[in-house]
Amino acid sequence: MGRIQLKQVKKSFGDVTVIPPLDLTIEDGEFTVFVGPSGCGKSTLLRLIAGLEDTTDGVIEIDGKDATALPPAKRSLAMVFQSYALYPHMSVRKNIAFPMKMAGMDKAEQERRIASAAKALNLTDYLDRRPGQLSGGQRQRVAIGRAIVREPAAFLFDEPLSNLDAALRVGMRMEISELHKKLDTTMIYVTHDQVEAMTMADKIVVLQAGVIEQVGSPLELYRSPRNKFVAGFIGSPKMNFIEGPEAAKHDAQTIGIRPEHIEVSTSEGLWQGKVGVAEHLGSDTFIHVHGVPGCDPMTVRVGGEIPVHHGDTVFLNPNLDHLHRFDAEGLRIQ
Amino acid sequence: MATQHSRSAARLMMAPAVFLLLVWMLVPLSMTLWFSFRKYLPLRGGDLGWAGFDNYVRFVTSSAFWPSVMTTLLIVGGVLVVTVVLGVLLAILLDQPMWGQGVVRILVIAPFFVMPTVSALVWKNMFMDPVNGLFAHLWKFFGAEPISWLSEASMQSLIMIVSWQWLPFATLILLTAIQSLDSEQLEAAEMDGAPPLARFFHIILPHLSRAITVVILIQTIFLLSIFAEIFVTTQGSFGTKTLTYLIFQRVLESQNVGLGSAGGVYAIILANIVALFLMRIVGKNLDA
Amino acid sequence: MARAVTTQRKAINTTLAWAVGLLIFFPILWTILTSFKTEAQAISDPPVFLFFDWTLENYAVVQERSDYMRFLWNSVIIAGGSTILGTIIAIPAAWSMAFVPSRRTKDILLWMLSTKMLPAVGVLYPIYLLFIKLGWLDSRIGLVIVLMLINLPIIVWMLYTYFREIPGEILEAARMDGASLREEILYVLTPMAVPGIASTILLNIILAWNEAFWTLNLTAAKAAPLTAFIASYSSPEGLFYAKLSAASVMAIAPILIMGWFSQKQLVRGLTFGAVK
Repeated sequence: MGRIQLKQVKKSFGDVTVIPPLDLTIEDGEFTVFVGPSGCGKSTLLRLIAGLEDTTDGVIEIDGKDATALPPAKRSLAMVFQSYALYPHMSVRKNIAFPMKMAGMDKAEQERRIASAAKALNLTDYLDRRPGQLSGGQRQRVAIGRAIVREPAAFLFDEPLSNLDAALRVGMRMEISELHKKLDTTMIYVTHDQVEAMTMADKIVVLQAGVIEQVGSPLELYRSPRNKFVAGFIGSPKMNFIEGPEAAKHDAQTIGIRPEHIEVSTSEGLWQGKVGVAEHLGSDTFIHVHGVPGCDPMTVRVGGEIPVHHGDTVFLNPNLDHLHRFDAEGLRIQ
Repeated sequence: MATQHSRSAARLMMAPAVFLLLVWMLVPLSMTLWFSFRKYLPLRGGDLGWAGFDNYVRFVTSSAFWPSVMTTLLIVGGVLVVTVVLGVLLAILLDQPMWGQGVVRILVIAPFFVMPTVSALVWKNMFMDPVNGLFAHLWKFFGAEPISWLSEASMQSLIMIVSWQWLPFATLILLTAIQSLDSEQLEAAEMDGAPPLARFFHIILPHLSRAITVVILIQTIFLLSIFAEIFVTTQGSFGTKTLTYLIFQRVLESQNVGLGSAGGVYAIILANIVALFLMRIVGKNLDA
Repeated sequence: MARAVTTQRKAINTTLAWAVGLLIFFPILWTILTSFKTEAQAISDPPVFLFFDWTLENYAVVQERSDYMRFLWNSVIIAGGSTILGTIIAIPAAWSMAFVPSRRTKDILLWMLSTKMLPAVGVLYPIYLLFIKLGWLDSRIGLVIVLMLINLPIIVWMLYTYFREIPGEILEAARMDGASLREEILYVLTPMAVPGIASTILLNIILAWNEAFWTLNLTAAKAAPLTAFIASYSSPEGLFYAKLSAASVMAIAPILIMGWFSQKQLVRGLTFGAVK
């Protein structure tokens, strides 16, 4: 079981409030991702849940019990750190065994769990090595192994993939999702990468300056962002924002349109501009179009390859069904 | 960045060390303060009552006081200059590619392992003795008149002995610091056309500033209280009487505890002035 | 330097460095050589360097006259005991400073170091009196405690600098894994800091071994360590160079040998953890 509930949780360092009082419920078995730009307080929030930091105010409940004052060890949570935080002087086996040893579990049970974790994580051949002799991905797996053998109420991940190279990151992303499906345990995952958030989460919590901007499933956030910040943060490439007369036509301060919701034509369209840089990815082409009033440059996604060159004039047709409207405060207009 | 729980644990775990040092500092210090206001002659009647500021006045007006302060500062300053300058040169030399670097390093740091009493005795007798010392032989070999080092050039000799003991430390710290210097920086400077001397003053020396601070701090701590070297060599004669040694004589040789304690308070004040001065520099440099 | 260096340049460096190294080492070398000479050869004019009748007689005489083993044993107990006691007290304190720093941490650290600047001579008499009261005069336990207190600030400082190199996340991981504070220090921090702790211990053994103010002033016969053993040669007897040399070698040999075997840790320790 692992239902985590934050009630009016607040955190200050001295006079600086990094997290103003916030409420959040994470349901049992849910994969929740905290996402936001660096310094938004997402790691601090995770550390509050872990018990590595004191809450300044408010209550943290784990499975309905007040855990606010419990030390980390008593919360039955497991954490995977950004730096993996493996014990360099212990073998992989001892690293994985450490939490069980601390819990005073009997040796045979320890061995059984180590064996099954090692099998699940492809670490069987490496059990007697030191962390220093492993690759980044293997270290990551050891850190996960150390977390799962405890069978915790919830897993906490603090930017676990940010030290891996791009290819490995995709692989590990899948493995962690896979693990979640298999264990069906609550997971809280902190990242600044919205792609990780979109691909892994059941529920995304978007944070900015310690404040929750929006909570919802990946598609909810993509389809109906509550404000400009979420709209700009979720989705890649970023949503185009258009201001001025063009927005006024739609009774909004700002309108937003995602690059994938614009069609490009060489003959006619609503907007007109000149092609700047075109990024050819093969499957897609991203074109930066200059000269569109109220938005410069505007990014457009085109499927496949398209024969346009730097300096060509193109016409753009936005799909108005996917137009987002925002008021002067940046809030979504329904 | 920690919880209340770990903060209170931290205070608890720091307590023994802090408590012990506090006792170690306060108990003898308050006793010294007390004695410094008493007429206290252990062999001639013991505690003879309140003396007011007599001891302080007597100590500071004695003809030996100011020279001893000067001697102390001169030894500390002299050794610091010698060890830092030679240390920088030696560190640069040892940083060059060569055969047997490890062995040379051992040879250079060896003096640090020699206890001060031994080094003082060896230098005094086997090197600086005006008749049988090695220096005397060397001087005679070149047709010069052997020098009676410890009486004719007592301060220089003392500074030399102490510098010999502390040079290894300075060299090693500076060498470690030089080795951490990014060689690309030097190469960039070379590409920019900086001659070797300019590279030394503009890149190497600034890079060493923190290490030099550390050398100065640690050596000063130890040098302010050097004792054995003087005890063994000159016994404080020939102008080598440091404040430490002067107090030592008052307390143990003249058996005047009151006067010695007043001197002790002066020594503590002097040490604190130096300490304050040093902490200013180091405090800033400690985090860098 | 990644650049290739000419052999010629390397040869010049080598010659120069060895010359300077031998010059610095020479007093020790000369003492060792002299300890194997007869008294007459020790003061012969001109001095003899290597070609003399090697003899062990001086060592035998020194051992016979002053019970070397007793002094040695005292030195071992005093230097080792004070260092180990100091380390046990310093580890928790250094943990606190390195991993739970507060605004006052640096002040406390600097204050600790500043107690080292307290001139020993200023408090010699009070300590002397206290020792008489406690019955510690000329006892090993008294010296162990005094030297521990003298070196404690250095030990705390060195351990602090070594601990700071250990990432805090690893200790947090241990905490998440259910380790108590004691377990965290015992099973995670200490093993990870072994090289630093070893360096600290080695350096402080040397400092305690060579300490020559308190050991000279607070001992008479029973607890006197090697510093007192050698100081007894500062009288005119010291003019017997060969015997003086033999005694000197006997006083510094244990440390030189220890230094030889633990070079790496020692070199690291000698920098007091202050530079990397």
